[in-house]
Amino acid sequence: MNRIEDTFKRLKAENKKAFIPYIMAGDPDLEKTMEHVMLLAECGADIIELGVPFSDPLADGPTIQRAAERALKAGVTLKKIIPFVKKLRQHTQVPIVLMTYYNPVFKYGEDAFIKDSVDAGIDGVIIPDLPPEEGEDFIKLSRDANFSTIFLIAPTSTKERIRQIVSACSGFVYYVSITGITGSKLTLEETFKSRIASVKKSTDKPIAVGFGVSTPEDAKRVSQIADGVIVGSAIVKKFYEHPVGAMEFIEKLREAIG
Amino acid sequence: MWRITIKKQPDKKGYFGQYGGRFVPETLMPALQELEAAYSKAQKDKSFQMELKHLQAAYIGRPTPLYFAKRLTKHLGGAKIYLKREDLAHTGAHKINNALGQALLAKKMGKKRLIAETGAGQHGVATATGASLVGLECEIYMGSEDVQRQSLNVFRMKLLGAKVNEVTIGSRTLKDAINEALRDWTTNVRTTHYVMGTVFGPHPFPILVRDFQSIIGREAKKQIIKAEGKLPDYLIACVGGGSNAIGLFYEFLNDAVKMVGVEAGGRGIETGEHAARFAGGSIGVFQGCKSYLLQDDDGNVLGTHSVSAGLDYASIGPEHPYLRDMKRVRYTYATDSEALSAFELLSETEGIIPALESAHAIAEAVKLAPKLSKNKIIMINLSGRGDKDVQQVARIKGIEL
Repeated sequence: MNRIEDTFKRLKAENKKAFIPYIMAGDPDLEKTMEHVMLLAECGADIIELGVPFSDPLADGPTIQRAAERALKAGVTLKKIIPFVKKLRQHTQVPIVLMTYYNPVFKYGEDAFIKDSVDAGIDGVIIPDLPPEEGEDFIKLSRDANFSTIFLIAPTSTKERIRQIVSACSGFVYYVSITGITGSKLTLEETFKSRIASVKKSTDKPIAVGFGVSTPEDAKRVSQIADGVIVGSAIVKKFYEHPVGAMEFIEKLREAIG
Repeated sequence: MWRITIKKQPDKKGYFGQYGGRFVPETLMPALQELEAAYSKAQKDKSFQMELKHLQAAYIGRPTPLYFAKRLTKHLGGAKIYLKREDLAHTGAHKINNALGQALLAKKMGKKRLIAETGAGQHGVATATGASLVGLECEIYMGSEDVQRQSLNVFRMKLLGAKVNEVTIGSRTLKDAINEALRDWTTNVRTTHYVMGTVFGPHPFPILVRDFQSIIGREAKKQIIKAEGKLPDYLIACVGGGSNAIGLFYEFLNDAVKMVGVEAGGRGIETGEHAARFAGGSIGVFQGCKSYLLQDDDGNVLGTHSVSAGLDYASIGPEHPYLRDMKRVRYTYATDSEALSAFELLSETEGIIPALESAHAIAEAVKLAPKLSKNKIIMINLSGRGDKDVQQVARIKGIEL
């Protein structure tokens, strides 16, 4: 058992869905990120995704690209984010998952990355440009360290790929709601509901849905089908453009997800 | 020995030794599998191959000539220099070999739309041409800095009916155009084929592009044997992503021929303003594959510089580091000023204005030829013509047109 599995177990017992906000670590600096994490935890975030800034975020839309640029400008990199989470652990036990492109992990060294992350109290990682077939060693090393590896299922994934992906996942399964990049408009395809149902048939692992969820209404719709709702760009945008209204927005999301 | 170890690459997962692979978001994985299957079918499809062959001759104008550069040879006073004239291919560069092949394949796959990145604009022009030839919609992504320095090609693409999207994020050059093209592909993957312009990116692009480009070497081999009765001693090609180099080298990999790949040395390696991945980079994973990459200690990709937009890129096709590890190809670089001198030298001695990319290969021949005896043969891939660069060279020389 780990923090992520505990969380989903607790939520299930309470008949609740997971609220999983994403923010970019270091946007605009790590002090602010600390404040944002604490605020999210207070507002009832069940798991927090911390983005690792990367120079070429090809799965991300403009909101997260710009946030990464701000974080990189502040000199924030993986080497600073890991100790940052260790510090954060003195204040909160909310599960923390890093979302990073593969190259920073590759450069850090897979082994060292997993070891240092676990040591810092990071619970798992999402690497959007690492498909399971390229991550065989990484998955094995992570399993041995009880470090969660969360892979993505897309609307284009075939049945065979879905089977392969869910078996590579630990903690939860990330279902990408739209055929597109982060921050796009949510247009749930008609098959959305049946596709989630079919993923559920192939696994008992919790399924969280993200990409394009930007309003409490979106969040509510998704939460009726999935076990968790991931909100990224909308929160990143709120903290950047209207920090005063951020708390209210986050509370509304929490409430909508139920 | 080379036959066994070199030509069997890549493996089923798209690896050339430790380089290559398929590192993309899940949304694209099924499309890459579909592309791999469609390509493998097309290779065995006689009507596809016949159509390709017909268009290579009737539309591109292949075979392109192999030309003995008599006055350049005399000027350098050493080995005989031959130029493989890809600059004479339709649209003015080798890029059309690949773009046309992929356009035909996309049509066969039932795609409605082509997208592509472009640096110097040659691949954008070639893709727009392929799209117009087979009747597909076309959108091209180009960094705003490249739009500036290659304005002629931007207009050509528009004339060919393509939409050109200027990319204003990041370093505003080729790598950012690829990011944007990949984002577009991720969004429109069901209807769109992404025409990767070089032997780079996720499997199967490196082999797809290599196969469409390797006609260069196949022709050149026959031509040099006809002209000289023997194989050349050296092959030289510039290396951005590396498609014109692989295109020439591939046919000769098992032969006793030395090969040199020339990267962009920019303002010099010590200045950090260059695109010499082997001289200044390390292994990384970028835009779909594992290869050499100009990156910092944290794995973020560094900005690059080259006078030539087509070589101004932070990574290199994965087969190249493999050929380097095998010691099959030697990689070096030419600086901006060496390339500019070679650009003028070829123009003056042979009446051929080369692309600034190809001028890097000429620059290496300028260094190498005088050291070799007169019975040696150097074959250079003259990958493109320099019309697109004339304005920029004038600007650099401070000449107002």
